[in-house]
Amino acid sequence: MKKHTVVVIPCSGIGKSLGTVGRVATYKVTDRLRPKETRTVCLALLTAGESEALKLVRENPCIAVDGCTAQCSKKNIEASKGNLVHSITVTDVLRENRGLKPEGVIELNAQGNKLAEIIAVTIAKKTDEILEKEK
Amino acid sequence: MTLAKDKVGIICCSGEDFPEGTISRVATRLVLEKLRPDETVTLCLPLFLAGGEDERAFARVFPTIAVDGCGKKCAESGTRKFSGKPVATIVVSEIMKKYPKLKAKSRERLDTEEMELAMKVAEEIAEKVDEILCKKVTK
Repeated sequence: MKKHTVVVIPCSGIGKSLGTVGRVATYKVTDRLRPKETRTVCLALLTAGESEALKLVRENPCIAVDGCTAQCSKKNIEASKGNLVHSITVTDVLRENRGLKPEGVIELNAQGNKLAEIIAVTIAKKTDEILEKEK
Repeated sequence: MTLAKDKVGIICCSGEDFPEGTISRVATRLVLEKLRPDETVTLCLPLFLAGGEDERAFARVFPTIAVDGCGKKCAESGTRKFSGKPVATIVVSEIMKKYPKLKAKSRERLDTEEMELAMKVAEEIAEKVDEILCKKVTK
């Protein structure tokens, strides 16, 4: 069976820190927690309809990581007919971790980093589940 | 998003797959937070592309600057497709040619050298903002 790579795509929303939380969480997974099993792709490139990006999201399971309820990553993956298998919204995770106050867009504060770490662990676990099902 | 007079919208690609995407993002925020806070707003590109009507309306009425990490120019093409041609496009990989000692290496956290590069890009964006607003005043 063909081995898939899980494609993790954050919205990278730039107006608030929650977009940065999603982006940093993604890199924690793709660069450190599951570097061999995951990768990311430029959301804007995907939305522009670039053929390689479209092929990647259609042929591999995708996880959307959105900062807010507008869920731009999820919507853009769906619009690209990507294989969306899971979606995480930072505001939902923040609701479960009310003590954390993420701040900063250029650089997250310590609490923002903590929230990103929590989300990264969730994405890594989901990645394991997705790939386990393929075995 | 509040529509205001004499503002320039800055739309960056935030490309996730390359360090230059992170430079585009940080440079945009440096303009917004430090260099031209009263003259600029940013528009969330994914929201813009997903159909955010406020974002699209702003870019139809107000001048915009696209800030792209690479020559694929996703921010420019997205803006052109949904609202109109940006007044200017800044491409990080082009600016990097002027500063060969400054490298973009990290996608997540910028080091001192990368922050210097982001500031160079931010300064070019700020220069374009001034040109655009100056032209508006003198018209």
